[in-house]
Amino acid sequence: MVMNLVRPEALTEHNFHYCPGCTHGIIHRLVAETIDELGIIEDTIGVASVGCSVLAYNYFNVDMQQAAHGRAPAVATGIKRVLPDRVVFTYQGDGDLASIGCGEIVHAAARGENITVIFVNNACYGMTGGQMAPTTLRGQSTTTSPGGRDVMSQGYPIRVSEMLATLDGPAYIARTSVHDPKHVLKTKKAIHKAFTMQLQQRGFSMVEVLSTCPTNWRMQPVEALRWLKENMIAQYPLGEYKDMPGTRN
Amino acid sequence: MKVLMKGNEVIGEAAVRAGCRAFFGYPITPQTELPEYLAHRMPEVGGFFLQAESELAAINMVYGAAGAGARVMTSSSGPGISLKAEGISYLAGAQLPCVIVNIMRGGPGLGGIQPSQADYFQATRGGGHGDYRVIVLAPASVQEMADLTAEAFELADRYRNPVMLLGDGILGQMMEAVEFKPRPAQNTTNKHWATTGRRGRSKNIINSLYLDPELLEKHNQKLQQKYSQIAGTESRAETYRTEDAAIIVVAFGTAARIARTAVDNARARGIRAGLIRPITLWPFPEPVIRESLGECRAVLTVEMNAGQMLDDVRLAVNGTRPVHFYGRMGGMVPSAAEVLRAIEKTGGMDHGHESCQA
Repeated sequence: MVMNLVRPEALTEHNFHYCPGCTHGIIHRLVAETIDELGIIEDTIGVASVGCSVLAYNYFNVDMQQAAHGRAPAVATGIKRVLPDRVVFTYQGDGDLASIGCGEIVHAAARGENITVIFVNNACYGMTGGQMAPTTLRGQSTTTSPGGRDVMSQGYPIRVSEMLATLDGPAYIARTSVHDPKHVLKTKKAIHKAFTMQLQQRGFSMVEVLSTCPTNWRMQPVEALRWLKENMIAQYPLGEYKDMPGTRN
Repeated sequence: MKVLMKGNEVIGEAAVRAGCRAFFGYPITPQTELPEYLAHRMPEVGGFFLQAESELAAINMVYGAAGAGARVMTSSSGPGISLKAEGISYLAGAQLPCVIVNIMRGGPGLGGIQPSQADYFQATRGGGHGDYRVIVLAPASVQEMADLTAEAFELADRYRNPVMLLGDGILGQMMEAVEFKPRPAQNTTNKHWATTGRRGRSKNIINSLYLDPELLEKHNQKLQQKYSQIAGTESRAETYRTEDAAIIVVAFGTAARIARTAVDNARARGIRAGLIRPITLWPFPEPVIRESLGECRAVLTVEMNAGQMLDDVRLAVNGTRPVHFYGRMGGMVPSAAEVLRAIEKTGGMDHGHESCQA
């Protein structure tokens, strides 16, 4: 096993504010390593969204914009249309992307907007204290589904990757997980591929990363990783949902 | 050279000539000719037009593009501006320059599609959340739509602030002769703060979040200082026959053109009437109003709404003269004869506080 204990250049020295056991830190690192490896630190503009990762603009050592709740794909569209030769990515949670920003993500994907979306799905609204999200599992208890999500009154979980993969615009859509080292490495590969797709002008790319929220799930970190593996993957199967070869047009 | 053009299209052409190469729009009557014009015009000049999926998306695309250093514009009408209000607050908070066009129609709700001035409060009081200001320019002719569009981009860049061009359905739809005055066609401001990729510099951040209340207060103080500076230097109004006026009419945009005819007709009947036409609605031209009061005994505000600018006129007059109001709502346009009657009534009723609402 290769140990890499050096901070990627694409991460600043800001300490993360994330809770112990939260997997945002791992995912930040994977994105930063990708930026370093592709040599695009001076060409990249990131868009932070609203949610736990709102302060991502302090952590990524690239130019950053902070977007309104759910609007990151629209903001990224604005940046990319003005600067088509730069690399533009959004970093969004599931409340942000799958609920309030559902319109923006669907249409950015439908346009084949040449941006990369890192979609972190932890099945709840983390920053506001663990409320039910569109991605919350059936029966999952949250502060706004205290008796467990009742699909008859609170609806069904949304599978974003599958939904977006039905569109013609996306070039690459994958769902990965970070519950163990093997899957962390797979996630890294997917993120690297998504950014590479953008560099190759192939169009919209998104990696949905299943993530934990030990604090709001009321679990120990290791227990949360196990819960993800045993419950979330069944609802959100891992894999590449879209992988279009060749360039657009 | 003068050309005959429709108001909405003139805004598009003036924007192109002001160096705007990025437009994000959404169809809504009565402004749709503007996005339609730019859909074919932008590609001709190497710019782009993008029809967004919603006004919400459009204004956030403007945020991204403005943050990336572009001269960028979006347009809509009242219901769409309500949706854009969120983004306008973020643009103001992050100090991003852009131009937002509102070609007003009657409200509230879906209202109607006929010309109105009922979005005065929304435009001048923000519309979105937080302590912020947007510079609001109110053209009264197609020529002025061209001139103020160009001016709007300059002001936006100079102050790093959103600027709204506030017209109405008549101005947007009517054709008049217009001359595009030569201006520096380029985005000349050095936008060192823009997020363009950190080439040869440290990273830039476009942001409106300040979790520490002390820092957020400091940020607000900085914004307020900027707004004070704008209020002190950028307020503009046109005065017409106000020197010896006993009755001063205050009106903007289309209502001001009607009021001007009424003022001439009043003069013909021996009533010493005059007109003040605010060109900037924020900052409101209080100094011009105060300085013009002179021999004036009463003020009449005429608007195509229920009396919104009326509040600002009263603040400017500050109780020194009675301020009356005449207006029509819902897309109804006052006639010059109606305004003349309101002037006569104002002059003849010993300056009481009675409103002469139709």
